[in-house]
Amino acid sequence: MSKDITTPDTPDRESIEGTILRSYWRNNLQLMGILLLVWASVGLGCGVVWADYLNQWELPGTGYPLGFWFAQQGSILIFVLLILIYAILMNRLDKRHHEERDTLLPKREQGEESYTGEGI
Amino acid sequence: MTVQIWTYLFVGLTFALYLGIAWWSRVRDTQGFYVAGRGVPAAANGMATAADWMSAASFISMAGLISTMGYAGGVYLMGWTGGFVLLSLLLAPYLRKFGHFTVPDFVGDRYDSKVARIIAVMSALFVSFTYVAGQMRGVGVVFSRFLEVDVTVGVVIGMMIVFIYATLGGMKGITWTQVAQYWVLITAFMIPAIAISIKLTGTIMPQAGLGSELVGESVSLLSKLDGIQKEFGFGPYTEPFVGKWDKMNVFLVTLALMVGTAGLPHVIVRFYTVKTPKSARWSGFWALFFIAGLYLTAPAVAGFARYYMLESLNGTTQEQLPDWFHNWEKTGLILWYDDGDGQLRYSAGEDNEIFRAGGIGSAELSHLSRDHQLWLDSKGLDGRDARALLSARGLSGPDRDIIVLATPEMAELSNWIIAFVAAGGLAAALSTASGLLLVISSSVAHDLYYKVLNPRASEQKRLLVGRATIGVAVIVAGLFGIYPPAFVGQVVAFAFGLAAASFFPAIVLGIFWKRVGMFPAIAGMLSGIGLTAFYIIGTVFFGMEKWTLGLTAQGIDPQGIGAIGMFLNFAVTMILTPLFPAPEKRIQSLVDKVREPEGWSPPVDIEAGPEH
Repeated sequence: MSKDITTPDTPDRESIEGTILRSYWRNNLQLMGILLLVWASVGLGCGVVWADYLNQWELPGTGYPLGFWFAQQGSILIFVLLILIYAILMNRLDKRHHEERDTLLPKREQGEESYTGEGI
Repeated sequence: MTVQIWTYLFVGLTFALYLGIAWWSRVRDTQGFYVAGRGVPAAANGMATAADWMSAASFISMAGLISTMGYAGGVYLMGWTGGFVLLSLLLAPYLRKFGHFTVPDFVGDRYDSKVARIIAVMSALFVSFTYVAGQMRGVGVVFSRFLEVDVTVGVVIGMMIVFIYATLGGMKGITWTQVAQYWVLITAFMIPAIAISIKLTGTIMPQAGLGSELVGESVSLLSKLDGIQKEFGFGPYTEPFVGKWDKMNVFLVTLALMVGTAGLPHVIVRFYTVKTPKSARWSGFWALFFIAGLYLTAPAVAGFARYYMLESLNGTTQEQLPDWFHNWEKTGLILWYDDGDGQLRYSAGEDNEIFRAGGIGSAELSHLSRDHQLWLDSKGLDGRDARALLSARGLSGPDRDIIVLATPEMAELSNWIIAFVAAGGLAAALSTASGLLLVISSSVAHDLYYKVLNPRASEQKRLLVGRATIGVAVIVAGLFGIYPPAFVGQVVAFAFGLAAASFFPAIVLGIFWKRVGMFPAIAGMLSGIGLTAFYIIGTVFFGMEKWTLGLTAQGIDPQGIGAIGMFLNFAVTMILTPLFPAPEKRIQSLVDKVREPEGWSPPVDIEAGPEH
């Protein structure tokens, strides 16, 4: 972003916000897409579609056939992990875009505090 | 002390605990220490969500289902937890920013249409009703065994408790009560699981135990279980696609459950009660974390109970039968009709001697038992063979609900632990049932009565409509609990299928595609619901031939049709969208708003929302 548009009297406030929001939405979709891809390939993939093939091996160190393990244990563990990653990365993404707005645009008049992620 | 006395004690104690916490929180509230939502750690909020989510079905029935289905039981595990992922990634963050409080509210406002709202309300009501009915049956089963009353009496007691509990109202909103319920139910589930894991495999962690070797043998529990299953004519436990579903059907059922779960109205609502955006995401994580505690243990309990049952029952005589069998025989959930050799045989074949009473009343059952004895004594000349009769009615094998409830007895635990499990089952049923009843009452009072029928209704009148709805809902659900229709499983499948085929595409497209207007959305929902309803009603009640659609030679199982209905809904909406006008500017900027980062625009006032 060039410097001159950060001056307070620029009429472009809308378009700057628009740019930030578009990049936020793009990043959001990207992250979601990747996580959902993992979700589908673990749950529906390893747990169902490839389950019979995976069952020829056992989960190392246990007596679990691998496909069976994915269907009844592994997929759930990975789902929990996915939501953990989502929470961490989305909170970071929110914070980054709030900071971007705060540096590019002057604060609005009333009550617009900088974003902390804490209470409203 | 007997199990019965312990049960009274624990149920009483845990109720006193829930009420006490509710009272304590309220006192703190008035003193200003505890302002709603703030000061509650995200982990506690997640625990409360988990208690809300885990129903009697998760607590009592799920392990039993897995136990009889083996690998295929995983569809419920993956379906219900995978749905939670979809919900937290695709729906919850946006619906929360939208700032409305029910799913019909979102559908009605986003598509700016009363018709869309009514379709959504009707689906929400149907889904919630079938769900509550399942809870009532669960409560009835718990009471009938542990208080030694008839299942009917058990359901009636449960109806009264749930009604009082739900109308007390405030208790639902109090996070700490649900935190207590979570601990009661997870402890009650874990103790027997750990005990039976130690007994069979010598491992403390049940999840590790299921993958370990048996005590004193150098063969793993699962491979021995596979062998026993084969011996008695059941499919191998860990082998995929050997039961009634082939690969395509397992896929479709899993997908329908995932998408249907994400569309369940009482679960979505839970996400609104968290007030700060950051803690909303964290409590989403904690919720699934705590849910996983039970969902990872359930398959272990299922495997252990399966092994123990086949191993300890087969070949025993009347004198050798374990105590738990006699206790549960009284409830009709497990029955033994001998073929005359005096030895019990539980198998998948013609020679099976283990049954359940299902919907057969106790009078008819004792009549049947007499006839069977006569048949045995006269060597087939007189009386009736109960085995042929029951297997013709599809009642072979024990009722799946006893698996979890009888596990502590199988593991020979003390009476007080057995009673504690009863308290856990009740906690699960109550927390979910009261949450659902509130959704039902707000659907009727807010979405239907206030928004559609009588927009000028006073606050008082709406409250009255809401209360009356709870009363009616409890009675209808109780009736379903007392007279479980033979098709109860299909009805629940219908609930998930309908949620999958109706809400999910409408909400997802509403958020991710601005161009979708009113008409395509309504057409999509109606075609999704129509196809799902037509197929389930046709195949289940009118003997319609199952469709193959070129996907599976076996024919699509009614439980999986929701996935097809969902695809149809998406397809219809997306094809029609370019042909119809885009929604007006006001709606488009509404969609823009839910796509913003959290806290970008001034927040909506959550307190201003109705009934939440």
